Amino acid sequence: MNPGSGIVSTAIVVAVLLLCAAVLLTVVRLLRGPSTLDRIVALDVFVILIVVAAALYIAYYRDGSNIPLLAAVALIGFVGTVAVARLTVRRERHR
Amino acid sequence: MTAVEGASAALILGGALSCLLGAIGLLRLPDLPARLQAATKPQTLGLMLVLFGTALLLDTQSAATLLLLVLFQVLTAPVISQLVGRAAYRSEAVDRDALVVDEMAEWMRDAAPGGPDDRGPA
Repeated sequence: MNPGSGIVSTAIVVAVLLLCAAVLLTVVRLLRGPSTLDRIVALDVFVILIVVAAALYIAYYRDGSNIPLLAAVALIGFVGTVAVARLTVRRERHR
Repeated sequence: MTAVEGASAALILGGALSCLLGAIGLLRLPDLPARLQAATKPQTLGLMLVLFGTALLLDTQSAATLLLLVLFQVLTAPVISQLVGRAAYRSEAVDRDALVVDEMAEWMRDAAPGGPDDRGPA
């Protein structure tokens, strides 16, 4: 467990930078919309990016004790996206 | 640097690149189905690669859990894609003239009140 050295750590730092750019682009789509469904898709991508970032944290510190966090975030993202997508259909139908 | 570390670094970098590609597609593609494509496939690939790269660095038990997570993501991404695509179709966000095959239209016609597959109010 020696963070901050070696090829893996360098790769992870670069990956975090790429991920930051991806999060920025996703947030732009989230704010722009235009429809609710676009925002739902952007939010789903956002949650996946959070999971990837947590995985990078785990890889950086070689510490497997945070893996349940990944599972929890992924599960919440899935359930949330499905629920909101269904509710959106219902609301649009009654409009 | 060992071979395992090299492979792990390559996987993590590739995964992050794939995630970035997906985000670019999400921002640049013109309509919802295309964005859905960008949101599911490159993102899932990116998550898979990063988790594989992480699994290479950890002990067997943690790696197995990460593989389970990959399986979960591969199972749920199509479900989300299908649900959102259906919602988009129903709320008229899909350009129907651009579709090559439109099975949903036949299904909706048959399941409409008075149609051959009408099962009453859903």
